[in-house]
Amino acid sequence: MAEKINNKSVLLNPFSKNNPVIVQVLGICSVLAVTAKLEPAIVMGISVIAVLAFSNVIISLIRNTIPTNIRIIVQLVVVAGLVVIVDQLLKAYTYDVSKQLSVFIGLIITNCILMGRLEAFAMANKPWPSFLDGVGNGIGYATILVIVAFFRELLGSGTLLGYQVVPDSFYAHGYVNNGLMILPPMALIVVACIIWIHRIFNKDLQE
Amino acid sequence: MENLNLFIRSIFVDNMIFAYFLGMCSFLAVSKNVKTAFGLGVAVTFMLVISLPINYLLETYVLRAGALAWLGPEYSDIDLSFLSLIMFISVIASMTQLVEMAVEKYSPSLYSSLGIFLPLIAVNCAILGGSLFMQQREFGSILTAVCAGGGWGIGWLLAIVAIAAIRERLATYSNIPKPLRGIGITFILTALMGIAFMSFLGIKI
Repeated sequence: MAEKINNKSVLLNPFSKNNPVIVQVLGICSVLAVTAKLEPAIVMGISVIAVLAFSNVIISLIRNTIPTNIRIIVQLVVVAGLVVIVDQLLKAYTYDVSKQLSVFIGLIITNCILMGRLEAFAMANKPWPSFLDGVGNGIGYATILVIVAFFRELLGSGTLLGYQVVPDSFYAHGYVNNGLMILPPMALIVVACIIWIHRIFNKDLQE
Repeated sequence: MENLNLFIRSIFVDNMIFAYFLGMCSFLAVSKNVKTAFGLGVAVTFMLVISLPINYLLETYVLRAGALAWLGPEYSDIDLSFLSLIMFISVIASMTQLVEMAVEKYSPSLYSSLGIFLPLIAVNCAILGGSLFMQQREFGSILTAVCAGGGWGIGWLLAIVAIAAIRERLATYSNIPKPLRGIGITFILTALMGIAFMSFLGIKI
């Protein structure tokens, strides 16, 4: 490693400048599918942070012994092992949320963020920066997940984390929940708005 | 009849892209022109049709609770379903590798047009998603698995070709606000098409 990697920028870049979801456009599938309510979105975010950080560390530790030809299979097996652990933990402690997330916990395996970070970072860096990179990208991903879920739950069902936040007097005056927000396509539009706002402030990302 | 119904439903109602948003990463990355989009779509369909029946057999004869009963009565209470994620992804990853080698040997022309997409497919969520849905819905026979795989694959192909065609036109004929260009507008387009696809809900044959 000729140049020294700046640990702080490794950790902080993925929040905004290099956000995995809205800049690199990775891991979109789960952003759209699990964000109808806030609670599963938070659980999903935490799961991804954990899997990403630890798979980055493991791959980084064994990076010099992996033959290049079969590296994808090796990476997938490491990730799959970690996801199985997360899946079993969720089933044991938060069964309801795990039911709501259904196949999407399993789909963390094929979440492109994981493969992207493993290929681009963990294969070439030491364990500690890889860990920070994993945490940073995981948090960048979770942030978008939570923002999208916040708006969808607020506008779609008038609740946050299951508690009603839109007061009854609003409904009495004819306020109606926007049922469209619950449907999956609206997640795309919310993400598109986030990208729009983000790019207004980051002119260098515009195409 | 049952299977035909499932096939049609998998294409339109349970469309991988517009109903479940699986395989979005490659969907967004490779939809800039119709030709490459079509290539990737064919590759995905192919892999779904191959991997779904194999995973179905694994699920029925190895992984499911009590699936090992054919080995003898003492094995009948073993439940290996917690291994299913690892088994499915290994099958998919090794199948992509095998298919890649087979295509390279027997049809170099197909390989040169499909080649770069094949490794990408191992991490396409639509493929693993197909297997997980298969497990969740407890398909009745291997034919059902083939039909669902084909339907999901064709639905995915349809979606990516449609969006690629729109994006090709969009690049020349429209004046989009600068920050929204590229990814942003593609998201909105996908959302609108998703809403349109909802009109297929409840279709039956």
